[in-house]
Amino acid sequence: MRLKILNSGYGFGTKVLFAFIHAVSRQPVPDAAKLVFYRPDFYGAPMKEFTHEAMRGPSAWSVGDRELMAAFVSKMNACAFCIGAHTATAARAYHDEAKVSAVLSDLETASIEEPLRATLRMLRKLTREHAVNADDMRAVLAAGVSREQIEDALAVCSAFNTTDRLADAFGFFVPGPKAFEAGAKFLLRRGYR
Amino acid sequence: MLTEDKKRTAYTAVVTRVLEGDGRAARAARRAAFENARLAEPLRTLIDKVAKQPTRVTNEDVAAVKASGLSEDQIFELVICAAIGQATRQYETALEALAAAMTDKKRSEHASEDPQ
Repeated sequence: MRLKILNSGYGFGTKVLFAFIHAVSRQPVPDAAKLVFYRPDFYGAPMKEFTHEAMRGPSAWSVGDRELMAAFVSKMNACAFCIGAHTATAARAYHDEAKVSAVLSDLETASIEEPLRATLRMLRKLTREHAVNADDMRAVLAAGVSREQIEDALAVCSAFNTTDRLADAFGFFVPGPKAFEAGAKFLLRRGYR
Repeated sequence: MLTEDKKRTAYTAVVTRVLEGDGRAARAARRAAFENARLAEPLRTLIDKVAKQPTRVTNEDVAAVKASGLSEDQIFELVICAAIGQATRQYETALEALAAAMTDKKRSEHASEDPQ
């Protein structure tokens, strides 16, 4: 990573934890984890709470749907680390890798429910153009999506609009598929807290 | 607005912490990075890229800010504020658009219940 403190600025307890994660997962500690463990009082601790609530808290969207939104928003931001991490997690949550790759390669032709498609369209515009209007929201509501579901999708989008930016600004190392698989297992078992 | 929403509350806690809590960078600098405004070079370039084109951030952008006298901890904080600031503007714009769409929806539902 571009800041030395994010590679080596950790106390003894955190280093022991990293060694443990490395031993259990047989993969290096992902840079996303290093980021939230650096001075966690400043950013990591409150951000983990919010991300966990958005990704695993009560919602009419399934965990798979929300992981797909995370992968999709990351695709719009061209963030290689988060695309890899959340494509793997969504595929594992759905038990359907083909569905996830279909959505990421062409949202319009992918075989998914219309409410999810309409929601992803709105997230695409918000992420690419940095704004949406009332007409965009009316289109999502007209597809049968509730106000609460839209709010839940916006929380996911906001979490990843933050994380994607940090991954690219700090220069997260993008590991191979085995590491993303290990990360996906962890995120589905433990969540983001 | 959505004061009962746990997600919104958790989000507000993140924003409040990075802007108003203790940090190595001054609160005014963190606020400026969050708003992507009132910054001098070379920090301006780095923060604007974080907000608008984060995949374009380079080692040189970060090195230039370090050479200008900021510590890594200050850069860590300011980059985080910039990312959260942009995400927050998008989040708020979308919630306002949703509120506007809901107001219209309620109005048309009332109109159809009570045709006068």
